Amino acid sequence: MQADRIRIGRFLSLRSGGARLNTADALTYLYLTLGTVLMFGPVLWLVASSFKTQAGLVKYPPPLLPYQQVQVNVEGYDDPLPLFTVTGDDGSTRELAQVRRVGIEAQMVDPANPDAERVKVNIRQREPVEEVKLAWENYLDPLIELENFDFFTYLKNSVLVTSVATAITLVINSMAAFALSKYRFKGRDAVFVLFISTLMIPITVILVPVFLVITSIGWKNNLWGVIIPGAATPTGIFLLRQYMLTIPDELLDAARIDGASEWHIYWRIILPLARPALAVLAIFSVMWRWNDFLWPLIVLSQNDYFTLQVGLNAFQGELQIQWHYVLAMTVVTLLPITLVFAFLQRFITTGIATTGMK
Amino acid sequence: MAGIRKEANTLRLIALLDPLTRPLLLLLVTAIDGILKPVQRRVGIDKMGYIFILPNLLIFGIFVLFPMLLNFYYAMTGGTRLFPEDRPFVGLDNFATLFDCENFTQPNSCQEDLFWRGVFNTVAYVVFQVSAIVLFSLITALVLNRQIVARGFFRSVFFYPVLLSPVVVALIWKWVLQHEGVLNGIIEILGGESKRWLLDPNWAMFWVVFVSVWALMGFYTLILLAGLQSIPPELYEASSIDGANGWQDFRFVTMPLLMPTMFVVLVLSLIRAVQMFDQIFVLTGGGPGTRTQLLVQYIYTTGFSNQIQLFGLSAAASMVLGVSLLILTLLQLRLGNQSSLA
Amino acid sequence: MRRILSILLILAVLLAALPALSQDTVELRIRWYDDGNEGEVLRDLLDQFEAENPDIRVEIDTVPYRAILENLPLDLAAGEGPDMARVTDLGGLAEYYLDMTPYLSDPAYWEENFGPFLNWKRLPGDDSSIPGYMTQLTITGPFINRTLFEQAGIEVPSDMSASVTWDEWAAAANAVAEALEIPYPMAMDRSGHRFAGPAISSGAMYFDDMGHPTVMDEGFRDMAERFVNWHLDGTMHPEMWPLSEGYAGANEEFANAELVFYMSGSWQVGQFSEQIGDAFDWQTVPNPCGPGGCTGMPGGAALVGIAATEHPEEVARVMEYLTSQEVLGEFAARTLFIPAHAGLSASGVDFDTDLQLAKDSLGVFVGQVGTLEQVAFDLQAYGFNRAVFDATRDRLTQAMVGEMTVDEAIARIQDDIDTALAEQG
Repeated sequence: MQADRIRIGRFLSLRSGGARLNTADALTYLYLTLGTVLMFGPVLWLVASSFKTQAGLVKYPPPLLPYQQVQVNVEGYDDPLPLFTVTGDDGSTRELAQVRRVGIEAQMVDPANPDAERVKVNIRQREPVEEVKLAWENYLDPLIELENFDFFTYLKNSVLVTSVATAITLVINSMAAFALSKYRFKGRDAVFVLFISTLMIPITVILVPVFLVITSIGWKNNLWGVIIPGAATPTGIFLLRQYMLTIPDELLDAARIDGASEWHIYWRIILPLARPALAVLAIFSVMWRWNDFLWPLIVLSQNDYFTLQVGLNAFQGELQIQWHYVLAMTVVTLLPITLVFAFLQRFITTGIATTGMK
Repeated sequence: MAGIRKEANTLRLIALLDPLTRPLLLLLVTAIDGILKPVQRRVGIDKMGYIFILPNLLIFGIFVLFPMLLNFYYAMTGGTRLFPEDRPFVGLDNFATLFDCENFTQPNSCQEDLFWRGVFNTVAYVVFQVSAIVLFSLITALVLNRQIVARGFFRSVFFYPVLLSPVVVALIWKWVLQHEGVLNGIIEILGGESKRWLLDPNWAMFWVVFVSVWALMGFYTLILLAGLQSIPPELYEASSIDGANGWQDFRFVTMPLLMPTMFVVLVLSLIRAVQMFDQIFVLTGGGPGTRTQLLVQYIYTTGFSNQIQLFGLSAAASMVLGVSLLILTLLQLRLGNQSSLA
Repeated sequence: MRRILSILLILAVLLAALPALSQDTVELRIRWYDDGNEGEVLRDLLDQFEAENPDIRVEIDTVPYRAILENLPLDLAAGEGPDMARVTDLGGLAEYYLDMTPYLSDPAYWEENFGPFLNWKRLPGDDSSIPGYMTQLTITGPFINRTLFEQAGIEVPSDMSASVTWDEWAAAANAVAEALEIPYPMAMDRSGHRFAGPAISSGAMYFDDMGHPTVMDEGFRDMAERFVNWHLDGTMHPEMWPLSEGYAGANEEFANAELVFYMSGSWQVGQFSEQIGDAFDWQTVPNPCGPGGCTGMPGGAALVGIAATEHPEEVARVMEYLTSQEVLGEFAARTLFIPAHAGLSASGVDFDTDLQLAKDSLGVFVGQVGTLEQVAFDLQAYGFNRAVFDATRDRLTQAMVGEMTVDEAIARIQDDIDTALAEQG
């Protein structure tokens, strides 16, 4: 019993078990392996699915890789014919191309010997011959072909909204967090409680009033209408405030004695010290804005102003969803955010390291 | 160290842009300083707090507080017109409708049965989801905090799903969980029996919680990891000199010092849990039946997606949600005061 | 932080500096949604129009269908609407439509060709306005996988009799599924509109003597109970209704030959041509029969002018172009939509597909128009029919998963409709 507790304890403690692999290490790597499969598997599957054709997407059970049926050109036929593996009654197999199918009977021809007589095959005895083939058209159509889907305009708007909104969020949230953590003014705690409690209300439940405010300001079909309302994030203020509480007040006092202005203290002392928290908030803001859908859909109704998420959802119709485009464009929207993450992730690493050394 | 070299490369890249951005930013910052200095001279240091909080407060006032007041007014009006001035004042009628129940534990006996189903489901969901998130992000953070190879890689792996939009997350899992989906395929290969995961009411709730833990856990893991790394190693050295074992380290060093961070995680995950909407909407549509239909979905459907949009009733329901959240937050802050905010 | 900010700043300045479009022509905006290729076809047709009419430019804003249902009404109420819109709540939004009569060169053409469908888009009591036209007429009806019947060696019921009941179809579909070990005998789109056809066939009246919508009759109850039971005994696809939000279809199951009988509608023909092609024989069969008839539901989407537009004359010019027999015929042919235009119905449309299965299927649907009951037309013309359909869908689902009985569900449907209509006033 005691030994168990120690083992669990070692697993839970900061220190690793030493040079040799012990139970705790084994458990650790087991957890990490399972975690990797669970966390990353579904995403990889999304990417694989985005390369499937419309017909491939509806296939059950879903094949892992994007397969398409092999088509062969047969002498004497104008169009390429689909290729099948046919199992004879005696169990022998051969590859035949299908000319046409009538009811449950398929008329097939041997592609190597097109002049030979056509073979009649029960459709239960044939299996399509498939090859891995990527349906690039899922990507290329929306980017180039489809006139009503202006990818590059949407991309521009998304980048604009995400970058401006993130900049504004970082600045004003850190200012507010600074005020809430480092100043003693009347009503401070009340403001904090007000922020945290009312901002817990998701915008989903006050859509109509906010819509009215936006239209009366004239921000309907204006990117500012998407950027500004969500800039005062509760998560950001809360995160930054908690972090700034750990910055010693003596640092500020010392700077004040040196004659630094409050703005200077905010910009030169607080912000650099709060870098890890800011990096976390930056990732989050980018993610929220990039993925935001419900609110932009209300503010934006003209395609010159659409963000990618709004544009992408236009593939969802009344009676049909054009999945092949939805998936491909989803993968496209994942790329930039993955890059941003890969980039900012290093700032977090260094950020955490520096705080650790302090 | 490879990490430091990579870091240096990124910095060099930014340095290329620096000559462009530095003067611009400097100009901006100096200008603000120029404006704020006289203000500071007049109001004194402590009142500068008001200045720093002002931009946030403005946005908050216009886009959150005012709409919420407007919402309160909507809650006391009826009809289907959009503009508040066109809507007949009905006092507390909408609230009376919501609370018109013979027996509050039996949603079917209520006038607005869906509202009460939403209330019960939300409570269950929040309790399960928040405890699961706290538990699993703590375990993951502890694992990632050990001396493991490729820590950066594993940290990114656990974080990655956080980047996905709720809709995408739901779509991915819907495919995994459907009757002919990947999960049942794997189970059958292992000799198990396939199942209609989302059709069984209890399993549906399980998966709804599971999927949101999957999608959000990485964020909280990151915060906890930062908390763990800020615990000074000397403390562990001291405790090991005192003869403490691993469990005692965890119990008496790690946990107390991690409490403030745990509190942050608790508050943030609670907020997200109560707000949960799109993900479940796409994953189960609130089903089977209404088993996973949360309060936010009721508010959205009533006021927005129904053909006859009942803004008043919807606003009344969101007021009820708001007041409960307020009470919850105050309770939490009181708890938090004892552990971290003191 | 400073570096991040500087990069963001640069990006913003660069993007904001991109030149804006200058305009000296009248710009009209269409709020549109897509199920398939119809937006692309419309764009093509409008490009030709713009070439002939350089003073007008038409922009198509393609939004998710959900935004047509939920956001467009708010925009219209707030005066932020477009000049034209493709809508499906035909009567529900009628107060915002533009009466184009004074701007049309030949209003009689509209009465003549779109006559039966104009009242779908009018307010009660209005019998003269011309707000727009149907981009497509849809008819609900069942598809079967004929190949599965052949493989199972079971006769297709509609081959033997002109009027097959729902129970006969259910029995046949179950027999096929059992013989071939196929998971789903039947499925119906998750939609109150799809359910309405079978309900009317079994005698549901949908309106009381005062014209108020009601579901409290034997006919409705009969079909509701049968339908719920079919979900419990596995005749109907057990996941589609209980586990979805809003509309859901069974295209995947049908395309994979895992479904024998699929109650859907004419809009599927284009999709099936893509997803199935001629991999098996899919076929449209006449709507099953009951004491109330053998009816499906008519439906469809309309392109309407919006009264708040600043350019009503230009809107009318675009509409006249799009509704000419030639242009509308091309639109229908390329989208595989059934046109709601008397002239085209008489002449027929040569649908732009090589697939005989698709042509046959469309032919059956066109032939169904005459068999639709008057109640079906009245329900389609009723302004708040979506309130009826949505309540039907959601409450019957609750009955399927055991949250309430069928009778409780029907009472709730009625209650939901009454509550909403009372607020509507």
